[in-house]
Amino acid sequence: MNDTLKNTLLFAGIAVLIIGTGFVQSWNSALLILNMGLISAIMALGVNLQWGFAGLFNTGIMGFVALGGLASVLVAARPVPEAWPGPAFQAVGGLLMGAATIGLAILAWRRLDKGRTRGLAVLAILLIGFFAFRAVFDAAVTVIEANNPASAGNIGGLGLPILLSWPLGGVLAAGAAWIIGKTALGLRSDYLAIATLGIAEIIIAILKNEDWLARGVKNIIGLPRPWPVPLEVELQQDPAFLERAAGLGLDPTTASTLWVKLLYAVLFAIVLAIIFWLAERARHSPWGRMMRAIRDNEVAAEAMGKDVKRRHLQVFILGSAVCGIAGAMMTSMDGQLTPTSYQPLRFTFLIWVMVIIGGSGNNLGSVLGGFLIWFLWVQVEPLGIGLMNLITSGLGDGALKSHLIDSAAHMRLFTMGILLLLVLRFSPRGLIPEK
Amino acid sequence: MDLLNAFVALANFVLIPGLAYGSQLALGALGVTLVYGILRFSNFAHGDTMAFGTMAVILITWWFQSIGIHLGPLPTALLALPFGIAITAAVMIFTDRTVYRFYRKKKSDPVILVMVSLGVMFIMNGVVRFIIGPDDQSFADGERFLISARTFKQMTGLQEALAIRTSTAITVVTAVLVVAVLFWFLNKTRTGKSMRAFSDNEDLALLSGINPERVVIVTWLIVAALTTIAGTLYGLDKSFKPFTYFQLLLPFFAAAIVGGLGNPVGAIAGGFVIAFSEVTVTYAWKKVATYTLPESMAPDGLLQLLSTDYKFAVSFGILLIVLLFKPTGLFQGKSV
Repeated sequence: MNDTLKNTLLFAGIAVLIIGTGFVQSWNSALLILNMGLISAIMALGVNLQWGFAGLFNTGIMGFVALGGLASVLVAARPVPEAWPGPAFQAVGGLLMGAATIGLAILAWRRLDKGRTRGLAVLAILLIGFFAFRAVFDAAVTVIEANNPASAGNIGGLGLPILLSWPLGGVLAAGAAWIIGKTALGLRSDYLAIATLGIAEIIIAILKNEDWLARGVKNIIGLPRPWPVPLEVELQQDPAFLERAAGLGLDPTTASTLWVKLLYAVLFAIVLAIIFWLAERARHSPWGRMMRAIRDNEVAAEAMGKDVKRRHLQVFILGSAVCGIAGAMMTSMDGQLTPTSYQPLRFTFLIWVMVIIGGSGNNLGSVLGGFLIWFLWVQVEPLGIGLMNLITSGLGDGALKSHLIDSAAHMRLFTMGILLLLVLRFSPRGLIPEK
Repeated sequence: MDLLNAFVALANFVLIPGLAYGSQLALGALGVTLVYGILRFSNFAHGDTMAFGTMAVILITWWFQSIGIHLGPLPTALLALPFGIAITAAVMIFTDRTVYRFYRKKKSDPVILVMVSLGVMFIMNGVVRFIIGPDDQSFADGERFLISARTFKQMTGLQEALAIRTSTAITVVTAVLVVAVLFWFLNKTRTGKSMRAFSDNEDLALLSGINPERVVIVTWLIVAALTTIAGTLYGLDKSFKPFTYFQLLLPFFAAAIVGGLGNPVGAIAGGFVIAFSEVTVTYAWKKVATYTLPESMAPDGLLQLLSTDYKFAVSFGILLIVLLFKPTGLFQGKSV
């Protein structure tokens, strides 16, 4: 069996799984799995750039995904006129002052001669900068958050089309990745993992607590739909659509939800296709070969005159940007940003499972892993409950039975762990190995 | 100006909580550092192993409570601790045999072992949530306070109170005992010495006839004991929730790296550095400042540098500073 045939069969298998969901459960859940599968595949491609191409162990994916989501809010949410432009600019100005302080401190550290004066100067810059930053920033935040806290209390968005936020989410994530990469990339592989794990937690903490930015845990809801996806309500009032739905024998509600999801699927598929094509081009280019050379032997690559640190930074930024794009897409589909929903197991480690099981280093493998693992993640829960119902059917009703059935939902974490261990042990190169 | 009240407030809100939290972090970081020193990988499953061990202790505690076994003023969990450690140790040896040993024999890259530990993390996480659920569980019983706020105020007549909770006292005492036993074991016994030798130079240790499998088994046993104790103390002092335990991974790693990975003394020092910085940076200093400064300079704000939700940012900031300026940690650690 040659590779093309095998890969075609694997993807056909995924298609069968998703279409099967449509027949057995409902077409709505099938399309939902497809849509999140597409987004997961994009995230997996991003991680594959970092890990598969360059061997960078990034456990901060959740943070970049959340930054993408934040971009959606900042671009597309309704503007809050009371906070705009004065207080919003003041807040941003305060943040810039904070950044300038750190920049100045770094500059002083580099330029001044070594000694006690340098330490004191840097300390003084940091202290003065911190208090100045707090003074400007806190004043702005108080104004912004005091404005109608029940429905606003944030700086609001720009009210622009949400499609713009997809590339901007990538840019925002790339910016964060640049800062992180500058500080953490020189470290050895597991230090990088720990550093990125921490940064992701911090990004989520910021989203949860900085109410002025995106309302924190009060959430932002009702983000506009990306062009050309309409609202279900609009479709249900559109006579032409109702006629078509009736022609297909569907009731208007189901037909409208399906149509909306289908349009999302098309949009996401286009983005996935573009990113996949770019990633494949990158892999086959001299740049991709150089990346793999660096991954396989850093010392030799450095001896050949390759700037390892720069290349690492480059690929780290690119991969993170891809995750940011996926995050913005996800938030646009949900129509809301809920910081509490970002859990490292779901948004960081699950993506890792996708990449490893799909086949690290192979873009096609990452896409496959994205679909397959997302399907399992969704479906193991009902399967586990069904299985548990079957097992406990002989058991009398009681605390044990209800506990077992309630807990069956947690089986999916267990399943993911077992899958990851099995693949690492028996097929460490994944389902579609790197060529 | 009222320095005595200021000091009591400081002790009550910063020193004592910091001491308890630092002890818990130190025990956890010791586990991380031992796995790193002997098995040579960063164990991402550490937090979830801790949740597993604590869960075992909680279940046995509940069983004891239901059949009426109590420890008087002390929490019943202390009685359940040895059983919990035994269960955790059995699970860890089983994990090593079925999972880690294969990669050790193959001499896999450390990063592969980290991946493998991610798999173990998922499984442990699933098991814990399956058995005890994802919610908060309380299992503390016995006397709540060693010195309650009211008693202290009556005893001293001060405005500020210094309350010492039983769990805090137990945490500190247990941590001191555990660390003392651990260092005695590492420095004085044959097995402990062979472990240090193995950590320093694997080839030389093998050459001098040290059985690596034995060293690994002993390491897992110690790590099981350390994590279960750390988790139980944390649970008694605060509360048990699987996700919180997973998140503790970050301060553990921070503590171990700040102290110098692979160095037990460093792990303890790192634990306290992280704990005290988290507490001081997120504490609202208004009360202390009001007591120490003259009345005219009394502060208006809370004088809180960062809100408590950013405690991860603090451990992380320290981690970053240490990594940038002294990559091997405060005490000489490994940098493989």
